[in-house]
Amino acid sequence: MTDATHEGAKRHRSLLTVDAQTKKRNAAEARFKVYGMVAILAGLTFLVVLAVSIIRSGLPAFSANMVQVELTLSQEQYAEAEGQLFKTRAYADIFNAAFTAELRERGLTTEFDPESIERIIGQPGATIRSFYRANEDQLGQPVTFNLPTASRIDGYFKGRLLRENVTDSRFLTLADLDLADELKEAGIIQSQFNWTFITGKDSSVDNPGGAGLGASVIGSFAMMLVVLFLSLPIGVAASIYLEEFAPKNRITDLIEVNISNLAAVPSIVFGILGLAVFIQFAHLPQSAPLVGGLVLTLMTLPTIIISTRASLKSVPPSIRDAALGVGASKMQAVFHHVLPLAMPGILTGTIIGLAQALGETAPLLLIGMVGFVAREYPDGLVSAFMDPNSAMPAQIYTWAARSDDAFYEKAWGGIIILLVFLLAMNLLAILLRRRFERRW
Amino acid sequence: MSKLTITTSAAAILALTAGAAVARDNVQIAGSSTVLPYASIVAELFGDNTDFPTPVVESGGSSSGLARFCEGVGENTIDIANASRAIREREIETCAANGVTDIIEVRIGYDGIVFASQIDGPAFTAFTPSDWFLALAENIVVDGAIVANPNITWADVNADLPAVEIAAFIPGTKHGTREVFEENVLLQGCEDTGQMAAMMEAGLSEDDAEAACMAVRTDGKSVDIDGDYTETLARIDANTNGIGVFGLAFYENNTDKLKVATMGGVAPSTATIASGDYPVSRPLFFYIKKAHIGVIPGLKEYAQFFMADEIAGPNGPLANYGLVSDPELAEVQATIENETVMGGGM
Repeated sequence: MTDATHEGAKRHRSLLTVDAQTKKRNAAEARFKVYGMVAILAGLTFLVVLAVSIIRSGLPAFSANMVQVELTLSQEQYAEAEGQLFKTRAYADIFNAAFTAELRERGLTTEFDPESIERIIGQPGATIRSFYRANEDQLGQPVTFNLPTASRIDGYFKGRLLRENVTDSRFLTLADLDLADELKEAGIIQSQFNWTFITGKDSSVDNPGGAGLGASVIGSFAMMLVVLFLSLPIGVAASIYLEEFAPKNRITDLIEVNISNLAAVPSIVFGILGLAVFIQFAHLPQSAPLVGGLVLTLMTLPTIIISTRASLKSVPPSIRDAALGVGASKMQAVFHHVLPLAMPGILTGTIIGLAQALGETAPLLLIGMVGFVAREYPDGLVSAFMDPNSAMPAQIYTWAARSDDAFYEKAWGGIIILLVFLLAMNLLAILLRRRFERRW
Repeated sequence: MSKLTITTSAAAILALTAGAAVARDNVQIAGSSTVLPYASIVAELFGDNTDFPTPVVESGGSSSGLARFCEGVGENTIDIANASRAIREREIETCAANGVTDIIEVRIGYDGIVFASQIDGPAFTAFTPSDWFLALAENIVVDGAIVANPNITWADVNADLPAVEIAAFIPGTKHGTREVFEENVLLQGCEDTGQMAAMMEAGLSEDDAEAACMAVRTDGKSVDIDGDYTETLARIDANTNGIGVFGLAFYENNTDKLKVATMGGVAPSTATIASGDYPVSRPLFFYIKKAHIGVIPGLKEYAQFFMADEIAGPNGPLANYGLVSDPELAEVQATIENETVMGGGM
């Protein structure tokens, strides 16, 4: 291209000197590198900001300020409380009276009236009632209870609620805060790891201290089981047929286009379909993880079919040819040779599909899994699938919509737990791929 | 085969599970997001205090709750619809057409609608219905001619109000709160300012004038919030000049972020609402499908528990959360006890 002997010496080019055009090209390359780095840096910044804000807002949900108090409930008190309509209120009254008496005996410096105690302690009634109902032999003996403080007191100790923002109201007065401070100093109120948040069920707006994610984790798990056991066999069977056996013609082309389209359908559409088909037509129970699982199966199927077909395609034809060459039938070639080699890809696709389904809220909205769903833990396999339950993302959504800051904090905490599950699933996908992957 | 696969697989699953479909043992509730906190408090207490499972309470708005309520009778429909307004004639007709004929109406109590803004924002401390009508109406009458609302700042409306741009966040049309807002604030303001009379003079019929009074401007000064109050709060947080419409209970739980304005000179509180002095309050309801009583375990018990003196009375947890309890609680209790349906039938 460049020859030095050609007429004009002006146009002489040397490999050793950099001419304008080369400079320009080099500059373009350098610029592109910078663009790339900026893009990555921007992405990383967003990731860090997101992670920091989630952790900062969510970590407080994992601790709780608890009150440790010893209570002795007599047989008569138990019988009287059980005889009322509003039993938990009766237990709370007994508890508050006992606690007030104990504090009076200790001789606190802060003057307080019994109503302060009521505002500092959250909702102790349900915990105490369920304990004594299960352990009637403990009546008459001292039992130490570990009870959450009211959400405003908890928020005060966590810095969510500032003293200067408190005006005396029926929910909280400044005198309550003085008393709470003294109790904290005396070690009666202690900050502990919040097990209720991990193991509990949803609670009403009035009782943020009792709210937990545990029941909805079970709900999510039941749904994932349904999704796994339906979408994996159906998805794999469909893709093997389409990829290996089906003739290539207009109909299969049409099906292929439709699967790709289905993968892009907004998830809420599957929710509407689920409501119409599973609940209104098939009369399956509302708010049940079974129905949630079925709806999410519909949503996950296209993802699994597409990834399975891709991994079947990536198995070299030479494997099939060799198997057929030594006399294997088409089915033997597929099941003995192609499928095992495609398995890592199929599993990865399935796990990614499941992770996607795990984080899905929109379709659950329509089948009644979003709302106040606070059932006890399911007492068996059937009840785990058929009884109303929530799911992790649905629970987080519900909490975020409540007026109390304490629930907002729990929503962030729930996001952390959900992310841990998602990271674990993605890690599993990566490990499986690493372990079984073969390069050709 | 995608669609075929999916439908056949769905059919197979249904065939498998249809036989196993167990009877529902929990009460299923849906409806107003204003009633939701109260309903969830009662649902939790009901689960804690009785041997029945905790009912499931869904949100979504009064209209969508009543629409689901009227879908029909049977285990796959909801048992109770929560509503922040009374059921409409049209909805009763829909219900009847779908076989839901016997409906028990239960009035839970009253809720106040308050007008609140950012605690550090401009000094919105006193409003009248007239201010809100002039600020939010789509058209108003100026010199005998109906023109598009020219008011841009609150000071244009009333010289006593801060001179900041109008930015109101009001409940969307599917909320029961909207109806109360339209009737007790906009229509009231329309009449107070003499605008309604002026509109009729300008040639509108009475019905048209009334509709024009309640038409809200669509130029972005007023924003419909279709979600719940948390969304309104978020909008107010982001907009110093914003004013939102909230329930009294929600406001009382967020006094550190919001400041409330008086309406017509009366400050909202449970006392002024119970006495009827505060002009913008509305009754809250839930509706029970009578056909489900005795079929769904715990349905009647839930309603009885909800309206018991200990729960819905003036010293109960609902009043503590912000509900103004019904002075005629005993009558409501009798309605549930006798399963008295609407329209006088049995």
